[in-house]
Amino acid sequence: MNYAFRLFVTFSAGEIFELKAELNSDKKEKKKEAVKKVIASMTVGKDVSALFPDVVNCMQTDNLELKKLVYLYLMNYAKSQPDMAIMAVNTFVKDCEDPNPLIRALAVRTMGCIRVDKITEYLCEPLRKCLKDEDPYVRKTAAVCVAKLHDINAQLVEDQGFLDTLKDLISDSNPMVVANAVAALSEIAESHPNSNLLDLNPQSINKLLTALNECTEWGQIFILDCLANYTPRDDRESQSICERVTPRLSHANSAVVLSAVKVLMKFMEMLPKDLDYYGMLLKKLAPPLVTLLSAEPELQYVALRNINLIVQKRPEILKHEMKVFFVKYNDPIYVKLEKLDIMIRLASQANIAQVLAELKEYATEVDVDFVRKAVRAIGRCAIKVEQSAERCVSTLLDLIQTKVNYVVQEAIVVIKDIFRKYPNKYESVIATLCENLDSLDEPEARAAMIWIVGEYAERIDNADELLESFLEGFHDESTQVQLQLLTAIVKLFLKKPTETQELVQQVLSLATQDSDNPDLRDRGYIYWRLLSTDPVAAKEVVLAEKPLISEETDLIEPTLLDELICHIGTLASVYHKPPSAFVEGSRGVQHKRLPPRTGSNESVESPESTQPVVGQSADQPPAVIPSQGDLLGDLLNLDLGPPASTVSSGPTSTMQMGAMDLLGGGLDSLIGTSFGSPAVMPASLNAPVGGGLGDLFDLGSNVGIPCGSYVEPKTVSKYPAQCLLFSLRFSLLKYQPFISYLTISSSQVCCGICEE
Amino acid sequence: MVLFIIRFHCTFICIFILSKINLHTAPHPVVLGCAPAPGTLNYTRINTMIHSLFLINSTADIFLEKHWKSVVSRSVCDYFFEAFSKASDPENVPPVIPTPHHYLISIFWEKTFFVAVIQNEVSPLFVIEFLHRVAETFQDYFGECSETSIKDNLVIVYELLEEMLDNGFPLATESNILKELIRPPTILRSVVNTITGSSNVGNMLPSGQLSSIPWRRAGVKYSNNEAYFDVIEEIDAIIDKSGSTVFAEIQGVIDACIKLTGMPDLTLSFMNPRLLDDVSFHPCVRFKRWESERVLSFIPPDGTFRLMSYHVSSQNLVAIPVYVKHNISFRESGASGRFDVTIGPKQTMGKTVEGIVVTVHLPKVVLNTDLTSTHGNYTFDPVTKILVWDIGKMNPQKLPNLKGTLSMQSGVPKPEENPSLNIQLRIQQLAISGLKVNRLDMYGEKYKPFKGVKYVTKAGKFQVRT
Repeated sequence: MNYAFRLFVTFSAGEIFELKAELNSDKKEKKKEAVKKVIASMTVGKDVSALFPDVVNCMQTDNLELKKLVYLYLMNYAKSQPDMAIMAVNTFVKDCEDPNPLIRALAVRTMGCIRVDKITEYLCEPLRKCLKDEDPYVRKTAAVCVAKLHDINAQLVEDQGFLDTLKDLISDSNPMVVANAVAALSEIAESHPNSNLLDLNPQSINKLLTALNECTEWGQIFILDCLANYTPRDDRESQSICERVTPRLSHANSAVVLSAVKVLMKFMEMLPKDLDYYGMLLKKLAPPLVTLLSAEPELQYVALRNINLIVQKRPEILKHEMKVFFVKYNDPIYVKLEKLDIMIRLASQANIAQVLAELKEYATEVDVDFVRKAVRAIGRCAIKVEQSAERCVSTLLDLIQTKVNYVVQEAIVVIKDIFRKYPNKYESVIATLCENLDSLDEPEARAAMIWIVGEYAERIDNADELLESFLEGFHDESTQVQLQLLTAIVKLFLKKPTETQELVQQVLSLATQDSDNPDLRDRGYIYWRLLSTDPVAAKEVVLAEKPLISEETDLIEPTLLDELICHIGTLASVYHKPPSAFVEGSRGVQHKRLPPRTGSNESVESPESTQPVVGQSADQPPAVIPSQGDLLGDLLNLDLGPPASTVSSGPTSTMQMGAMDLLGGGLDSLIGTSFGSPAVMPASLNAPVGGGLGDLFDLGSNVGIPCGSYVEPKTVSKYPAQCLLFSLRFSLLKYQPFISYLTISSSQVCCGICEE
Repeated sequence: MVLFIIRFHCTFICIFILSKINLHTAPHPVVLGCAPAPGTLNYTRINTMIHSLFLINSTADIFLEKHWKSVVSRSVCDYFFEAFSKASDPENVPPVIPTPHHYLISIFWEKTFFVAVIQNEVSPLFVIEFLHRVAETFQDYFGECSETSIKDNLVIVYELLEEMLDNGFPLATESNILKELIRPPTILRSVVNTITGSSNVGNMLPSGQLSSIPWRRAGVKYSNNEAYFDVIEEIDAIIDKSGSTVFAEIQGVIDACIKLTGMPDLTLSFMNPRLLDDVSFHPCVRFKRWESERVLSFIPPDGTFRLMSYHVSSQNLVAIPVYVKHNISFRESGASGRFDVTIGPKQTMGKTVEGIVVTVHLPKVVLNTDLTSTHGNYTFDPVTKILVWDIGKMNPQKLPNLKGTLSMQSGVPKPEENPSLNIQLRIQQLAISGLKVNRLDMYGEKYKPFKGVKYVTKAGKFQVRT
């Protein structure tokens, strides 16, 4: 076979003619070798389409290998030479009648791959025969061919009644045929979301479950994915399906395992929690997930992304398995980062000592990204497990002592979050932090440090000097730092008015007169007016008590989480975004949701329902929110309406009704006023937002957010109304769980409003 | 010297390609991990699971492409190259990369990237598993899965790929079946073929393809009937500075080599099956029998295959066969460091520990080493900073030790990180979990086969922190 290699190196245009001659040779052997050469150059991406007629001439042969090679060539080039491809049709039709099932299947398979309209017409008759062929190998190949044909010409497939034949194949006696029929139907159904192609009922489910035991691993994946779309009638049916799917957890193919996990996670939702079987199932789910982590790193990565979802939905499954997520130093970086994420999610009082020791170890590794995330993780542990906060802080201080630049900066960012969670507890460390002031060169760390100085200005003797030192290069700082500096100095002024009057004047004029940034300017003006109109009110607003940040950060919003659980094992689950977020157009996208738990008396909220959901327990998903627009409407409503006291109960359906109105009319008028004079705006916002306004005013850009899940859209600028949006976004921050959802929608909404 | 020049030359070309790519893909950032802007999948054009496959070597050259549907331009790989150039190491290239219209899912197998182009919402694990299967098949066919072996067998590779996937549906991935459809290349066969003019493509439908036991072909005949099992256990462990175990678990597999005539039905039983609570099986194993009786009952595939893999979880106590005494320190001044490592036996169950290799990735500032070892040889690569100490067999009377000084770049602060020691070892005739095969019974055939079980324990990812 060495010619292939030679060819790869020295293929030249002159050789085309040589090949042509060889292809037309009388000797079979020579012909075959020539076709092989053509295929070989095709594989390395060379254009050999000029040889089309000569290769097709070799098709009529009883040599199977030669035939296969010609078919290979045809599939690649038929599209570019449709007229020539017609020459091949007769041979195809003849081959579909061949006594050898291998050739029949090969012919029907290849014909389906030739995407030329004229050929598809001739394909129908042979395909119909092959779908009813006596040989299951031919039938299973034909089933896939229907899907191919549907892709080329959907109408034709429907007119010819192939879909019904395909549905009949679900009851075929051969499990491989069943699996392929299911795969083909699922594929076709994906392009017709509303068609009732895969009409799943208890009988067909039973057939699928039987085939599941006998078909190949790939067929098992198709069947499991299809099962996941079924909604059992009651908990008993759900349990019996779970029982029959559980053995798949021991399959060697990790894709089978994950598809089985998906089915179980979904159907589990229907089982009453007090059922013995429910507890057993939980126990059974842990080992296969752990096993996935000993596979190749690529598989581990996908598994970890999915485990991240599973841990959020049902933390009890893996709560004892913390150690398998410990990072090995030769793990690829993408695996390391994912493991770290899950470690924090699993951190609890019981295992925090171990976790902290590990994290400290990681903080001395070589890879910068990983070290940063490890340091951040220590902070997240402090916020999550209150008992460990003190140890976390002392660990962070140890790390700051190492003076490694990026470690120090990362530590300061998380310590700021710890202050937000446990106010008036760890302020003794501020002195140590201040020592490192000069080494900070990243905006986030600088902003965090400035926030700390401003927040605790009364305890830092030289706070004014420190802030003043930042002020020198004000215009070179990033917006984040500028905003923070402005807020911090105003805070300082309110706390120590006598010494800092000059400083505050300076920063206000820098922000309002010398800056091009509307964010900064608007905030400067608000402070200015506030301070000049009513200093007492200013104090109340700027130094208001801040709400504590929530324990769990960057959780996925519950409805999204439920949707993603239904998509375990898919790309959506890897990116933690609903399929609709990255699939062009809405076609083919259905929001999947978990089935309701039977046995409890809660009814499923339909999106249109106006009944408020009362007494929703924490682990019960709130009503499904139909689209992002509405969700944002909800949040806006919560903020602009009367103060919502029960944030934890989540957005209720009643509120959705007026939300869009507010977004339309209500916002317009607000924007109108903000055009007039910035001073009016705080007044109009004051009533509804209350404490949240303080939050807005002294949190500033991004600093109050403990983790990276929320990214401020950068495109927003130019419009005065933008300040209002800003405030809206930040008052939304109180509702931590929704942040991840907002990141998707906020930029769109901003654009929408600006266009009006 | 000549070799060196060639290598240099290649690197140069590679850099050129990458920089060119960076230029025209700059507007589309490829982001690691949770990407903020994954590509938009086009749902109107459905629906091949794997649209195309590109094979790329570790210097970022595409050396094979296969399209199952329309041809996807090579330029789609630019996104891959961009991620590749960002990664510090080929192993660190993220396995899923979004592009505006496709997703690229890749695996890295023996210096070759298998990059699949995806156009619709699929299960990435499905794709990754399939790619691994492709790589294993190549390995099986050509002895190794490398760029050279693939280029030498381009046509067979193409035939195989066509046979393995049809319109995104895996068709035949069992090596037994594939070998009946497309015969693997052997020197003898290619000689015979040229003389007789016969082909290397099977003319018959593989018998196993549709039976309920697709993994076995009919009519297998051997003059010597034998069944061998290898119980291989790997210890994954992290040992901390003080020598206590942070984490340890055992990954075990049972590989079988079965050459038996006809349709034998085997039953393998264990002395202590209770150890195995987390198992995954080859499809041939009857799961029900395992559930009820804890025995492995199966009709085996012909030849070598992995019968089961298991996992003894971190909650059980795992015996750690060796201990390591280490003292690696860097002095603030003087531009030198100390290195002193000793290895000794811990829980070896009375067996000899062999094949010990210690690998240390020393910090960048280390320029060279001056060490003496009591056993075995050591090498230090000043470019990669990897120190490899090959000890071989351990003599418990006289413990192997490697000791000396490290010379370091002067004028640089001493390194913060502590290098981890990676340890390889092997213990014959021992499964460290204690797993033991009880007996093997054969039903369905009359002859008496030769039977054998071999145990071996190895270190998997076994690392000692310093």
